[in-house]
Amino acid sequence: MHPDLTERILQHLETVDKVNTLELATQFSVDHQKVVGALKSIQAHGDLVIAETATQKHLELTDEGQSVVEKGSHEAIVYSLVPPEGIAQAALMVAGGPNAKVGFSKAMSQGWILLDKSVNPPLVRRKVDKIVDNVKDQLVLVASGKSQLTAKDVADYKKRKLLQETTIKSFILSKGPEFATTLTKLETDLTMDMLTSGLWEQLKFKSYNFDALGAAPTRGHLHPLLKVRTEFRQIFLEMGFSEMPTNNYVESSFWNFDALFQPQQHPARDAHDTFFIIHPAQSHKFPQEYLQRVKAVHSKGGYGSLGYGYDWKLSDAQKNLLRTHTTAVSARMLFKLANQEGGFKPAKYFSIDKVFRNETLDATHLAEFHQVEGVIADVGLTLGDLIGTLYEFFRKLGITQLEFKPAYNPYTEPSMEIFCYHPGLAKWIEVGNSGLFRPELLRPMGLPENVNVIAWGLSLERPTMIKYGINNIRDLVGPRVDLKMVEDGPICRLDHV
Amino acid sequence: MPTIGVKRDLLFDALGKKYTDDEFQELCFAFGLELDEVTTEKQMLTKEQGDVAAAADASEEIIYRIDIPANRYDLLCLEGLVTALRVFQGKVKPPKFEFVEPAQRQVLKINPSTAQIRPFAVAAVLRNVTFTQDSYNSFIDLQDKLHQNICRKRTLVAIGTHDLDTIKGPFSYEALPPEQIKFVPLNQTQELNGVQLMNFYATHAQLKQYLPIIRDSPVYPVIYDANRVVLSLPPIINGDHSKISLKTKNVFIECTATDLTKAKVVLDTIVCLFSEHCAKKFTVEPCDVVQTDGTTIISYPELAVRTERISVKRANAYIGINEPANKLADMLTRMYLETEVDAKDGDSLNVKIPPTRHDVIHACDVYEDIAIAFGYNNIKKSLPAFMQIAKQFPLNKLTEQLREQVAQAGFTEALTFTLCSRDDIALKLNKKIEALPAVHIGNPKTLEFQVVRTTLLPGLLKTLVANRKMPLPMKLFEISDVVLADEAAEVGARNERRLCAVNCNKSAGFEVVHGLLDRVMQVLSVPWKTGGADKGYYLQATEDPSYFPGRCANVMYNDAVIGRIGVLHPSVLQAFDLTTPCSAVEFTIEPFV
Repeated sequence: MHPDLTERILQHLETVDKVNTLELATQFSVDHQKVVGALKSIQAHGDLVIAETATQKHLELTDEGQSVVEKGSHEAIVYSLVPPEGIAQAALMVAGGPNAKVGFSKAMSQGWILLDKSVNPPLVRRKVDKIVDNVKDQLVLVASGKSQLTAKDVADYKKRKLLQETTIKSFILSKGPEFATTLTKLETDLTMDMLTSGLWEQLKFKSYNFDALGAAPTRGHLHPLLKVRTEFRQIFLEMGFSEMPTNNYVESSFWNFDALFQPQQHPARDAHDTFFIIHPAQSHKFPQEYLQRVKAVHSKGGYGSLGYGYDWKLSDAQKNLLRTHTTAVSARMLFKLANQEGGFKPAKYFSIDKVFRNETLDATHLAEFHQVEGVIADVGLTLGDLIGTLYEFFRKLGITQLEFKPAYNPYTEPSMEIFCYHPGLAKWIEVGNSGLFRPELLRPMGLPENVNVIAWGLSLERPTMIKYGINNIRDLVGPRVDLKMVEDGPICRLDHV
Repeated sequence: MPTIGVKRDLLFDALGKKYTDDEFQELCFAFGLELDEVTTEKQMLTKEQGDVAAAADASEEIIYRIDIPANRYDLLCLEGLVTALRVFQGKVKPPKFEFVEPAQRQVLKINPSTAQIRPFAVAAVLRNVTFTQDSYNSFIDLQDKLHQNICRKRTLVAIGTHDLDTIKGPFSYEALPPEQIKFVPLNQTQELNGVQLMNFYATHAQLKQYLPIIRDSPVYPVIYDANRVVLSLPPIINGDHSKISLKTKNVFIECTATDLTKAKVVLDTIVCLFSEHCAKKFTVEPCDVVQTDGTTIISYPELAVRTERISVKRANAYIGINEPANKLADMLTRMYLETEVDAKDGDSLNVKIPPTRHDVIHACDVYEDIAIAFGYNNIKKSLPAFMQIAKQFPLNKLTEQLREQVAQAGFTEALTFTLCSRDDIALKLNKKIEALPAVHIGNPKTLEFQVVRTTLLPGLLKTLVANRKMPLPMKLFEISDVVLADEAAEVGARNERRLCAVNCNKSAGFEVVHGLLDRVMQVLSVPWKTGGADKGYYLQATEDPSYFPGRCANVMYNDAVIGRIGVLHPSVLQAFDLTTPCSAVEFTIEPFV
């Protein structure tokens, strides 16, 4: 970057106290911008010079002014176009070109020409034999930098758009605290060579820009919803819950509905809420004795219940569907628990996996989403135990204020909707559903009479959207996810509100 | 969840107190209801039907829209709601419903012909009723709500209500060929027969949905009076002759059904809720319904009050409270279940389940009502006491560990849809849908839900396309389930956990996904199988229409095919709208659990 120029500037500055960069430009016969560039280089190396800004006003010819210098002022041109015998005004205008009008009126006011109206058409004649083109002379002086115009003239020429005033920024240089006549090279980084040679002690290092960002590391990324899923898994594991195997999206109506004491004419079993499957359309493998007990409790009652009093159809139970809740898996697990070798033992289960609903879609609802479910089975469990467990579960999410509202589920009684006070949003919101499984669900499985099962569930997507301020679920799940959001996403800290 | 709209001021008048919206919301919360919306008839019309013109004349009276639990048919109108709330607040005792025997009972005879189409019928009479415009509207609304909910849109039960003074019993419930049934339907002037009726209502916004219930049957249900005046053609429409008006004093109610249990519940609900408008409140006149054998007579409505015996100890233990028997009895009475402590056994409570509470079918329903009256938020919390060593599901544990490893290897995780179109897994991948073990959905609303994915690849490719603005290379992965139809599986299909990764860049970069495969095998301690080694993984060149010729291989593990790897075929890229080359690998991780 013109090392010569930087050195020349420094050397010149050695000999004087102050110098203006404009003077340097003239002295070195280089463009002023190059001097300024060299100055910036010097400044990058440290405080070698002090630079005060200075502004100067400078008179310059406009393009029009330039043409006056070359060809003469408009009035002089008009004068020269008037022949001794005179010329019609109209013809003069044509001959004079675009500036003829201005020239004509100026020439008239200078007294160089006159308009003879005694003839028809009126003729323009010379009034004097010779003229002195003052305007051109003065502009020539300005061009060569030697003018001394009065303020009135300057204003006049500016008005006529022959002159313009420009502001020139320059710098007044003087020696700085680190002044030297040569520029030392600045190193950018400590290298192995410098260490081996020991040269690092003599070298000067460029100052580091602490206000810029560092180099982004190469890395992969995990999906934000699945990071939340990992956290929920951790919470359940911390609370001693075992994970249920939920890797079966296709389920029979039997396990999804009938085993859960959901009657066969229930609206949720309608095609408009459930995805039914045409291939494979039906399941045929069921624990037969258990199935008979389920049929009986639906149609006739039993185990202290009136039942629903309708004709239970095997064909309805055989219909395959995409599971509408992971509670279908909980039912399978409870059945296994009741019939395992050694008999019933208390258990705590959880699952987090996909469920499918054939409902109207909108900004916060998709056809598939993740359900989080917790289940505890033991002798003598109470509603108070459910409430206590929920308090501990939600405490791990940073939520300490809960309220419970009576609700209705076909398979739990009592049922409770869970509301929490969200400190971030400063309002109460519904966060989940819970209850004790009905005896009509538990007893046909063979679970002992004094065993109760408490359960609760929530969606994974909703707390994630609330936590990360996402309004449209399609921005989080599916192909339209913003990968930049995935890349920039933080670690998931559920208890940090 | 059903929602009812009640006029706020009427509601407060009936409750005997003016609440603020918040106070009423709190009452609802404690009882298990939700005040969903505070609006006006005008706002509702404008919002629902966009009918600003009709809305101009509509009332500005405040309407409360309240969410009702799906099993509480007795709360589906203002009358039922008010009674339940006043009982809940301890202001009144649960009403006792009584029969008033008339000099001569109304008779409804069921003809055997109805067995083909709609076998069951029940009936009741409400005497000396006084309707106001509001109670009349409420009566119609309740029937509508019941039709929508427990009646499952009139398929299970249909309700007909008639001005008893315009008709004459005995009534006959028959099923006849449509052309033979002639009457003037409600609010019409022309007489129509059954066939004409079907055509007439084919475009009627509310009624057309019920026509298919009977349209194709050789016989339609119909109820006649002694003079062969048609009362109704269930489940479509009543006759105009017997229609109810504000002047009606005596109401004949009939319900025809394919589910007798539900018909009884519906009948009980209507008479219980509206008998408060009878001159003698809470009285109902029974009817005789002659069954198809011509001789068996059953009296309706049943209005059965059954007694459920509850143990105080067990109730307290179930909930986790410790209340004395008399307190529990009071709580239950407030929940509309009139209860007394048993005279002989202090641990027993005799709980009367009235005909308005058909939702109570087991002791646990009673326990819930105790808990609600006690207040869920007053129950002391406790924790289950047992210890359990928890276990992770091994496939999920492996998935979590592999996700971390693949992300560390520089790939970004996607979460794509399980459901997709047939073309996504077949045509666009140059494959035939018939050849794939895909699970097909029977009732997809759009083609986005035609099949369950058999491969993770289309989801990742769509994610690439939607994120074109990202700098290259784009390296995505997903470890998730696909579903495969499988006759050997219990339900005929099974999930398979797959790992799929794509590299999208200016050049396809087979070696990039190959390198990832190598890395995953390395962290699974699976050796590269060479020479005569019997265990390990290796690639076996193969041709696959989804992949570029010569750039495709099977992923082999212990000599079994576990997946595929290769450069995607340009026609596949084009089908998904991708202009950048991609290489991909997909394999099942289940053998490694």
